[in-house]
Amino acid sequence: MGGGRYTVLFPTTLLCVPGPSSVKEAVKSQRPVNLDLRTIKLPITAYTSILHRVSGVILFIGIAVLLFALDTSLASEEGFARVKMYLSSPLVKLIVWGLLSALLYHLVAGVRHLIMDTGHGETLEGGKQGSKIVLIVSAVLILLTGVWVW
Amino acid sequence: MVTNVTNFSRSGLFDWMAQRVSAVVLAAYFIFLLGYLVVHPGLNYAQWAGFFSGNLMRIFSLLALVAVSVHAWVGMWTISTDYLTPMALGKYATVVRFLFQAACGIAMFAFFVWGVQILWGI
Ligand code: HEM
Ligand code: HEM
Repeated sequence: MGGGRYTVLFPTTLLCVPGPSSVKEAVKSQRPVNLDLRTIKLPITAYTSILHRVSGVILFIGIAVLLFALDTSLASEEGFARVKMYLSSPLVKLIVWGLLSALLYHLVAGVRHLIMDTGHGETLEGGKQGSKIVLIVSAVLILLTGVWVW
Repeated sequence: MVTNVTNFSRSGLFDWMAQRVSAVVLAAYFIFLLGYLVVHPGLNYAQWAGFFSGNLMRIFSLLALVAVSVHAWVGMWTISTDYLTPMALGKYATVVRFLFQAACGIAMFAFFVWGVQILWGI
């Protein structure tokens, strides 16, 4: 590096390396920056919202499972017995319970969405309260469904 | 007005409404179906097939099938336009998003045809 002489005399010139100006700006910026997502606490409304999306995608994939069960169980007496047999396996019970959980959560949160679309519960407090109700109601339904499936 | 060539109806407001109307149909259908299963614990094949082959139930099932097709298309489309963006994927975003939407559309169409075959088979 040919500039040693100058850096000794003018330490600040160290910053003057050629490069994107945004780097210099970021270094100079006084804004507090938090890029660590693990330390950002999400509000309860963010959880109920993203769960609604996740459960929607699970349901989209789950349509295949539901149609398969419907197809087999309606095709014949034997098919019906086969679906009943599948349903006695713990793994299948778990999958069915998972799908029903996604359905119930999506349904409860979806009904709340529709209620909010009519203009009810749209304040910050109402939003938090609604989210809590959605989580509690769907948790109860999901537990009951677990009991029912097993 | 913002228009888009890949959404369901070329109008965001119509898509929004279609998703809500289909949601109500699906909610009614699934509550009815789960209710039926809960009150018929020891179900046998004859009851089950009889339940689905009734004319009203056929209409209801077909309606739910149409509703889920519309609902899932609008839903998956929304998700694809939220995440598969130039900001996330750079210059290939449009191609990736289009392929994702095409895959969802083909899957949903296959589900629809399969559902019709099931309902007409009994
Ligand atoms: C990290 C926290 C966040 C999460 C997990 C999150 C998640 C979501 C999800 C899943 C949706 C679509 C589902 C729905 O409408 O229920 C959504 C919609 C939306 N979000 Fe967020 N979001 C977050 C933060 C934000 C922030 C900071 C803003 C704005 C400054 C924002 C603005 C919006 C808007 C405008 C919509 C569309 C609403 C609608 O179409 O109903 N979100 N968010
Ligand atoms: C098997 C059936 C279903 C599937 C595959 C499905 C799938 C989806 C998907 C993928 C989304 C997009 C989520 C998002 O943008 O964050 C969505 C949104 C929605 N779903 Fe469903 N859903 C189903 C049933 C239901 C039911 C029974 C309801 C009952 C009310 C419902 C209500 C809603 C509502 C209101 C939205 C709009 C949310 C928004 O604007 O962000 N869905 N659904």
